[in-house]
Amino acid sequence: MSVWTARIVKAVSLAMVLAVSPASGPVGASEIGDAKTGARLFQVCKACHRVGKDARNSVGPHLNGVFGRVAGSVEAFRYSEGLIRAGADGLIWTADSLDAYLENPKSLVSRTRMNFIGMPSAEDRSHVIAYLRAFSDKPSDIPEAEPTSTATDHAVDPAILAIVGDPDYGEYLSGECLTCHQKSGSDSGIPAITGWPREDFVVAMHAYKTEIRPHPVMRMIAGRLSDEEIAGLAAYFESLE
Amino acid sequence: MSLSRRSILKGAAATAALTTAPMIMGASHGKPKVVVVGGGAGGATVARYLAKDSKGALDVTLIEPTRTYFSCFFSNLYLGGFRSLESLGHTYGTLASEYGINVVHDWAVGVDRDKKTVSLAGGAALPYDRLVLSPGIDFVDGSVPGWDVTKQNHMPHAYKAGSQTELLKAQVEAMRPGGVFAMVAPPNPYRCPPGPYERVSMVAHMLKEKNPKAKILIFDPKKKFSKQGLFQAGWENSYPGMVDWLDAEFTGALEEVRPESMELVVGGEVTKADVVNVIPAMKAGRIAEQAAITNDKGWAPVVPATLQSREDENIHVLGDSAHQGDMPKSGFSANSQAKVAANAIRGALTGSKVFPAKFSNTCWSLIGTNNGVKVGAAYEATAEKIAKTSGFISQNGEDAALRKQTYEESIGWYAGISKDMFG
Repeated sequence: MSVWTARIVKAVSLAMVLAVSPASGPVGASEIGDAKTGARLFQVCKACHRVGKDARNSVGPHLNGVFGRVAGSVEAFRYSEGLIRAGADGLIWTADSLDAYLENPKSLVSRTRMNFIGMPSAEDRSHVIAYLRAFSDKPSDIPEAEPTSTATDHAVDPAILAIVGDPDYGEYLSGECLTCHQKSGSDSGIPAITGWPREDFVVAMHAYKTEIRPHPVMRMIAGRLSDEEIAGLAAYFESLE
Repeated sequence: MSLSRRSILKGAAATAALTTAPMIMGASHGKPKVVVVGGGAGGATVARYLAKDSKGALDVTLIEPTRTYFSCFFSNLYLGGFRSLESLGHTYGTLASEYGINVVHDWAVGVDRDKKTVSLAGGAALPYDRLVLSPGIDFVDGSVPGWDVTKQNHMPHAYKAGSQTELLKAQVEAMRPGGVFAMVAPPNPYRCPPGPYERVSMVAHMLKEKNPKAKILIFDPKKKFSKQGLFQAGWENSYPGMVDWLDAEFTGALEEVRPESMELVVGGEVTKADVVNVIPAMKAGRIAEQAAITNDKGWAPVVPATLQSREDENIHVLGDSAHQGDMPKSGFSANSQAKVAANAIRGALTGSKVFPAKFSNTCWSLIGTNNGVKVGAAYEATAEKIAKTSGFISQNGEDAALRKQTYEESIGWYAGISKDMFG
């Protein structure tokens, strides 16, 4: 997806989210989300996803039994390479990972086909997750203590996103990336990282840094990069075709 | 961005203009000269990064005797039938034509540290401002009694890839049904810590298909080895009953090998084998010894942040030959160190900004079809050594999809590092 189509999708999805946002009061961070409110919020998701009796794959995979499911594992659904990789790396849909994914799909899975800007309100997400939880086989297996409802904030601090990276420093640092990732943008075995919008790059790296994403090598690499260094890399790799 | 011919010429012109002003750094005339000895993961990478990032301001010479470099990494996969030997061969044409590196196919045979020259077997002496030695490993004479380089046709080491690897593969293929493959494993430290055990996995894979009653014996002077739990579980699952790992504490020491009769004498007992893979103890490549920068163990101690020799600040040592601390001797490590050294050398010779050193390593190994595992770590430079800061390792019981992905990732890495070395 090009930068400009991403922006359009962003604008449209945001409008949809705003249109259906309930006017309900704030929910405490430790309380379980309200499945009924979640059902209303799910209207946004329904453009692509079905859930419930006889739900089938549509633009997106069906969401029955999504809790505990390995990412990218619904049969006969054609997933993006990124989602399949994430699943093989060990990404499992839990309340926490769903929360991160709903907040910003790209922070969790690069190049996911889920063209959704994300749901910024932690409260709203907890409602949607509570709604989806009802369609999983064994909701009883999901302990109450698990953050089904907690309003975890995965968002990258806007101050970090605002850092203007030094592409020269990024070019130097890129040496470490280019041992595995190719500058040509080859996507074979190791994902391509060239030409990404900066913000996508930054949120992805922070998702490794905060260990929301599972891949151990990337957690290690990102874990020791400073915010400025990530910004520098983002600036450099964005500049590569 | 690859360095175009034009930018090299432009760089040359700029440097020419500067020569009327006094040189800031670098004792010689014209552009500062960097000579790199060894065209592997350390040497090819440092030459390429120096040429690329200095945009023509440095005169870079790469000395490598072979015209086609066969990577030691992935050569076990050739033994197992997962790669062709050709796919592991790389040439230096792009480094010469795209990056302006002077590639000299010759042996470096001596270093005159006072005159700052490297002498070649062909007779030339090349002056340098900075010398990078990345010669890989050599074997310690007498470390396996009865074995020396004249016996490597009987008992191959196959620890420098190419004809030795082909020979070992041919020997395994020609083994009699139910025959014995014996490996003499090396003591620490040595190139590619998981390498001998990945090799056993690949030999087992080949034997399982063609010679399922054959046996593999590993005679090991070490009490434990890299990824031991992963390998041993993998052997048990994929090649049950085929592999015996025998440490010296259990068997007694290896006393000698007898290449003529294909025997090994271990703890007083004679074992006959059909194929014997002798991996002797290792030390830095010979040129490091000739430069008199090695310690009593045969490795070259370096300053962690710059990879400069502790003996001579004008010499940097990369990869297997360096005694640097916690990093394993691997192609990935050498490549990582090369970028740090390139940055330091360029800073010293051209005044470019020097960024802080960062090191990392990941070693992938293949146990069987679509069964890849990995171990890796991040490192930082302290005053004393390159020190490990964090790490990870694959786990037993991982599902098949992850193991397959790890294998595919290793293929991607191979393609990536090859580009990073050779352009």
